[in-house]
Amino acid sequence: MIVLNKEKLAITREQDVVFFRQRLKEFAVKIGMSVLNQTKLITAASELVRNMLKYGGGGEILIEAITKTPHAGIRVTFADNGPGIVDIKKAMTDGYSTGKSLGLGLPGAKRLVNEFEIESEVGKGTTVKIIRWKNGL
Amino acid sequence: MERIPILKMGKFLLVTIQVDMYDRLALTLENDLVTMIRKVEARGVLIDISAVSIVDSFMGRILGNIASMSKILDAETVVVGMQPAVAITLVELGLPLEGVYTALDVEKGMKLLNDKLTLEEEEADWETEEEDDRPE
Amino acid sequence: MKTATSELLQKKKKEILEQWTKNQLANTTLREDLMSNEDLRQQSDELLDSFLKAIKKGNYENIDAKEYEPVVEMLGGISISRAQQGFSARETGLFVFSLKKAFINVLTQEVKDNEELVSAVITLDNLIDELGVIVFETFIKGREEVILRQTQEINEISTPVIRVWDGILALPIIGTLDSARTQVVMENLLQEIVNTGSSIAILDISGVPAVDSLVAQHLIKTVNATRLMGAECVISGIRSEIAQTIVHLGIDLSQIQTKASLAAALKYSFGLLQLDVKKRERKSIA
Repeated sequence: MIVLNKEKLAITREQDVVFFRQRLKEFAVKIGMSVLNQTKLITAASELVRNMLKYGGGGEILIEAITKTPHAGIRVTFADNGPGIVDIKKAMTDGYSTGKSLGLGLPGAKRLVNEFEIESEVGKGTTVKIIRWKNGL
Repeated sequence: MERIPILKMGKFLLVTIQVDMYDRLALTLENDLVTMIRKVEARGVLIDISAVSIVDSFMGRILGNIASMSKILDAETVVVGMQPAVAITLVELGLPLEGVYTALDVEKGMKLLNDKLTLEEEEADWETEEEDDRPE
Repeated sequence: MKTATSELLQKKKKEILEQWTKNQLANTTLREDLMSNEDLRQQSDELLDSFLKAIKKGNYENIDAKEYEPVVEMLGGISISRAQQGFSARETGLFVFSLKKAFINVLTQEVKDNEELVSAVITLDNLIDELGVIVFETFIKGREEVILRQTQEINEISTPVIRVWDGILALPIIGTLDSARTQVVMENLLQEIVNTGSSIAILDISGVPAVDSLVAQHLIKTVNATRLMGAECVISGIRSEIAQTIVHLGIDLSQIQTKASLAAALKYSFGLLQLDVKKRERKSIA
């Protein structure tokens, strides 16, 4: 896997989210991703960045344009130093929410991307990594 | 602070969302819209999202809330102009969007609202007719 | 020993090339229709050169090292092009393994000491096997790219969206409905709805061979996405076996309008649009 381009962003407040979505879109457009794939990627990222702000107290996002021949794709890593997730399996089920939300954030985001990795340690923080390939497969 | 403009069109309200919605803006819209519905006693709300390219679960919940709150105030909500990519993504996301009617564009949305209102009036007429038919 | 082997092989290069090419040509599975003997000879020559250059450095184990880069690249290129040309995996693999035979033959002739011979043969054997693995890996990748490209083409072609009437679209879905295909169907359908302002879409599945829970899920997703666009979906062309399967699997289609035939779906759609289809009155000519 080769990283073609990358950028790190700090997310501390709501306004940062708008900038993040725009940058992510720019990355996706640059590798020629179709509108539908872009939409899925950015919507998934939107869910995850919201989680990061709401539960993780903000954090860092790393956007990378990558290639794994012959596919090009975008990888986004969300890292926070928040309280962590107690029960990851539960968190990944539809409808489960510790806030007052619909509980679709994590499982929904997973459905919208091609590769999804999550690591969390209570008291240390959570890291989520997603990849959407250019051709969506 | 930014606010999304709400237009009054007869007994309907029209909202056109043209900016990238962040959470606080969406909540303000929810508040403003419901306040306005109550104020003018609107019977219908049209939310035009044809310029919106990302609708996530938060935004979806706002739309659902607006529909429920409006219904309590006797107004129907129609979301119009959803982009194909957004529709496909929402279905994949698993967002139910209950109680939210949809239409292809504002024109069709208005027709839908008018049809619903006419239907309501007709049903009300039948009910009063039935009452009149009861024996003295 | 290693430098000795390298020098020996370099010295006998011509003979090795001869034997190698002979082995390949003798192979009954040789595809003369796909590659001329001339091209074959040239390809072999180039690869052999590159290989001999690499082992000069004395490294017989690590093919990730820099000196093997040209060899690996060349092998990869040859393998992918053969995959795309339609060579079989065996034919492509034999390209490399018949080289091994040539090496061993020459070594057996020239190395007099048995211990040295065995050692040299084993080292070369392992080395060529490593290169053989690369050949297979790249071959498979080459094939997968062909399959991927063809799948995409099929997806594009086989999901036409037809305007059967003002405001009514029909989609005859032909073939299996997997998730990749469903995406294409949804994209095309929804775009057409926007383009034509249609309010009804008829999904005809008489061309779908089997409907299991996964396929049903895809259909339901398509219907839901269509509804979000303010249009309604009707599913038609349901064969009796499919109706049985759906019930046996416990799939709930109660939220979707279904009709047995496209004609019935069309009639229903006219009804939704409040259209009447009447037979003309014949005026008698007096």
